[in-house]
Amino acid sequence: MKLVELASTIRSKNAGVDHVTFDIVFRDPEAFRITVESGAVNVDSVAALFRLSRERVASFVVFEPAQAIKFTLRRARPAGSAGEPDPFGSQCYPPLFDLEIL
Amino acid sequence: MSPTGHLGFTPIEKDSFAAGVAARPDAIVADSGSADIGPRPLGADLGHSPEDWQRRDLELCLLGARELNIPLVIGSASDTGTDRGVDRYVEMITDLSVTHGLAPFTLAAIRSEINLNVLASLLGDGVTIAGLDGRADADADTIARTDHAVAVMGVEPIAAAIEGGADVVICGRSSDSAIFAAVAEARGGLPRASALLAGKLLECASFCAEPFMGKETVIGDVDAEGVTVYPMHPAQRCTPASVASHAMYERIDPFSERIPGGHLDLRNVSYVQVDERSTRVTGASWVASDGYGVKIEGSGKVGERAIAIMGIRDPYTLSRLDEVLSWSRMKLAERFGSPDQRGYQVFFHVYGRDGVMGPWEPNPVVSGHEVGIVVEAVAATPKAAEDVCALASRNLFYARLPDVKGTAGGASFFSDEVLLALPAYEWTLNHVVVFDEPGARAKAGGLFRTDRTVVATSETSRR
Repeated sequence: MKLVELASTIRSKNAGVDHVTFDIVFRDPEAFRITVESGAVNVDSVAALFRLSRERVASFVVFEPAQAIKFTLRRARPAGSAGEPDPFGSQCYPPLFDLEIL
Repeated sequence: MSPTGHLGFTPIEKDSFAAGVAARPDAIVADSGSADIGPRPLGADLGHSPEDWQRRDLELCLLGARELNIPLVIGSASDTGTDRGVDRYVEMITDLSVTHGLAPFTLAAIRSEINLNVLASLLGDGVTIAGLDGRADADADTIARTDHAVAVMGVEPIAAAIEGGADVVICGRSSDSAIFAAVAEARGGLPRASALLAGKLLECASFCAEPFMGKETVIGDVDAEGVTVYPMHPAQRCTPASVASHAMYERIDPFSERIPGGHLDLRNVSYVQVDERSTRVTGASWVASDGYGVKIEGSGKVGERAIAIMGIRDPYTLSRLDEVLSWSRMKLAERFGSPDQRGYQVFFHVYGRDGVMGPWEPNPVVSGHEVGIVVEAVAATPKAAEDVCALASRNLFYARLPDVKGTAGGASFFSDEVLLALPAYEWTLNHVVVFDEPGARAKAGGLFRTDRTVVATSETSRR
């Protein structure tokens, strides 16, 4: 089963000018539990997905109050710099859809 | 009451605003700032949102607040919170009070732009301007690359203005959550933890409710233990899921909200549905820091910028796209020298391959029948940027591939013109200065300068 079938919200957005943060939110507690326990979404898998070294994953947390998995990537250059795509960081999430969870 | 997450960016929705005023809140608070708009508005010190939208949002807020005789606090005036932004909002508030014949009220303006000489002298005094988010500490070169900088104010200067009798406070660059906390502390006498929690939850207005809607008013009832939030749009609800989901929005760490003087610890927060449309949040704690850390934002101009828009349709050319781009770069170097030597930059944004995500794209291949390429050039002068852009885009047209069938042009121009774009800027400062010697708060306070004025419809007198 893919992440897109389990999560109710998958989004990305700037967190300050140097980072893009990703929120994967689950409405269904069971889907949240299954995803977290699968371990399929982790620092290494998201680094590999976005073709980054592990060090560029600035944080990775499971945020229980929102039934969410949240991680943050460091940009190569600050948001809005010449050549830097997606100044709001708002369209970086779709590659997460196809992560195989189980 | 929070009517918008970014005053002036798109207009506040009137109906839920009116419902909010009818609920008789104790204050109206609206943030007008954002770093999402990129580094240019700060670096060039220009407004970003249309002035008539800003004026119209300010008008709604001012009339609502004066009708109820409650404080109005506006954060990060005119997107960036520079002195220009504060001055402009003060003028608009003054004009609006005349237009509407409002009874006299006290207006406080808190300026927080930081002169580059002040930053340089801090460095000279051995003060560390520490890099945030993995950045190196600032040095003289960092300051030299900066055109404008602002210090981000916390609760103290805003609360002091309200305690000093201000009815309307226009803030320079300010923490989104602190502008709410200041009112809850100064008017409600509430502790920092719940005051700041209120700000954290309310700063983007209806983003803490569901379903998703922007620019709709929400209200938070704040007490010593926590906050109860509820929306003013009849079709929205504040649920534990919507409120908790907002609590992590646009932040790296969902368990901590840092402002000058400490941070809000959100690790033990609980979210409870209290009725169909309200959620109560409790359990936050305030952790004071030893020093008083003030965040500094800065932006500087990198160069002039030009763009051209191109398209490629030939499947053979698309299969060898990297060779086409390399050809163009090679011709640029031949004509102008290498980018490093000659101080120009060129970027090919290939929409249809990796134009949206750049190097993060997991699947950087052309899978459709065409691509669009935005050629972006940056150089010292408009003419140089234009020339680099023209040569780069025309060499997509003239690129040489061994077996191409079409021998009358390898790319399609959107039109054979180079478009002069607005200059390129970059965020030079995302740093913090920690004042940790005795009297730190007073010294930090020098960064935030408050003026009070009585606004009267017939005359404006300065106290």
